[in-house]
Amino acid sequence: MAVARSKIKSIGAAQSPLLGAAMFSPAVLYILLLVAGPFFLAIFYAFSDARIGNPEMHYVGLENFRSILQSPSFRVAIRNSLIFTICSQIVVIIGANILAISLENTFRGRGLIRFLILLPWVAPIALGAIGWKWILDSIYSVITWVLVAAHIYKPFSAPMWLGEPRLAIASVLLVHSWRMMPFSTVILLAGRTAIPKDIPEAAAVDGAGFWRTQLQIVIPMMRPIISVAVLFGLIFTFTDMTVVYILTAGGPFDSTQTLPSLAFAMGIQGSDLAAGAAISLFLVPVLVIIAYFMLRVAHRAEVN
Amino acid sequence: MAHGISQRIRGKVVKVLVLATFTILLAFPFYWMLITSFKQNVDLYTMENNPFVFNAKPTLDHVRFLFTQTRFVRWLGNTAFVGVFVVAITLMLAVPAAYSLARLSGRWGERLGIGIFLTYLVPPTLLFIPLSRVVAYFGLQDTLWALILVYPTFTVPFSIWLLMGFFKSIPKELEDAAMVDGLTRFGAFIKLVIPISVSGILTVVIFTFTLVTQEFVYALTFISSESNQMIGTGIPIFLVRGDVYYWGALMAACLIASLPIAFMYNLFLDRFIAGFTVGAVK
Repeated sequence: MAVARSKIKSIGAAQSPLLGAAMFSPAVLYILLLVAGPFFLAIFYAFSDARIGNPEMHYVGLENFRSILQSPSFRVAIRNSLIFTICSQIVVIIGANILAISLENTFRGRGLIRFLILLPWVAPIALGAIGWKWILDSIYSVITWVLVAAHIYKPFSAPMWLGEPRLAIASVLLVHSWRMMPFSTVILLAGRTAIPKDIPEAAAVDGAGFWRTQLQIVIPMMRPIISVAVLFGLIFTFTDMTVVYILTAGGPFDSTQTLPSLAFAMGIQGSDLAAGAAISLFLVPVLVIIAYFMLRVAHRAEVN
Repeated sequence: MAHGISQRIRGKVVKVLVLATFTILLAFPFYWMLITSFKQNVDLYTMENNPFVFNAKPTLDHVRFLFTQTRFVRWLGNTAFVGVFVVAITLMLAVPAAYSLARLSGRWGERLGIGIFLTYLVPPTLLFIPLSRVVAYFGLQDTLWALILVYPTFTVPFSIWLLMGFFKSIPKELEDAAMVDGLTRFGAFIKLVIPISVSGILTVVIFTFTLVTQEFVYALTFISSESNQMIGTGIPIFLVRGDVYYWGALMAACLIASLPIAFMYNLFLDRFIAGFTVGAVK
């Protein structure tokens, strides 16, 4: 038996590299052709004068980057991308921690509550965003109606939520936070259920109150999982263009443009592929930093 | 003791309040879709009306309009069509690759797995510009085939990652035993590993399908004509005629398209989360 086993193992091992390569190469080839290839094509376009409808293109050096860096809408887009990403993650991580604590123990109706709370994440974001567009409508907004009913505003004098730059920025920020909070909540919930129950209980016996147990024991133990939630949240928000495109299409006056939405406006709607590609390349440094931290989290978990 | 009980009750009340507040905030847009879908236009577009209640009799007009006067059903069909093909391609690429990386490629299989996972982080908003040229090069502009070609770029990497974890949890001894019984390694994969991995594969199917329904950027970039739209782009772009918003029909469309997707996703959520948190939860 032992001989048979070791023989089988050696056969298996001898077969493995070839068979292994044959089994993963279609996927790797596909990814190389349609992810890595286009990625380098984007870099290539950024140094060219490629336009939609024009098969010719020439090398133009740093020309695209020079004109982008001088354009005010680009600076606004960078600022907005950072504001939306960072501020929404702050809101999300605080809200998600509170929600995860409240959802930790089972109770009747928990399944239904979880389904309702998850809706913003599991429903298509384009459709959720249209719901918000109606809620934030310039005339029939329910928020405006409530404010008028509460006599905070007179009829017809309430602000247009998506029509004024500051309010439009706040609205986009709100929708991004709304969208990501369920995702972070379920990740944190998974982290909480993985913590051995006796640790917080022992802390309670030792006289630590609720807040001290949470802040000094539970949350530090959840640091890796919180990092995962934040890193994914950052990446999903930073690279999203759906929310802005549907709510404001970058307006009013480009005041809510982000890097992805500006790349779309210039590259596809404006037919200037080269400029669009150059703008979207500004996503890369942030993506690299986030990927680095993800690998660190994964590596640390592996070592432990 | 009485002090402890009152404190526990206070804790419960706070918890209920917190949950109620968050649930209302997060689910409100969907409630709003629901109530808007069944309101008459006179009710919707009278500013004095209390928007939280029906001021006129509920109506099915918007739903009827949606199904008879728009291409909504066609968009649902398009989405299902693309979904089926993308699921098939994703399974054909990801299942063997994940098995290979989990079992046959040793230490560097793991490295390659992480590398593939990292490609999941390369967003559509970085690739849509060069891919628009690729799509045009193949003559696929404004066809659903463009989406079928491109969507596996984001479904394959995460699916490989999910399935790798799944295959690793199968005891090696099972395959060894099958091979002692005369199966080849590949035979063991087909006849043994795939059948016992049905639930993992089903997770990938649902995950892929929901991602297809949620995608927006590629569909917006590659598809232009009304009859070729997916639900995610058709509803926001083509249910708006000029500057007129058909809010009743729009909200009905959003709700009808969202709920089944949300429900499916919800059933498998814990498995997806396990994919996101591999390594960070022990």
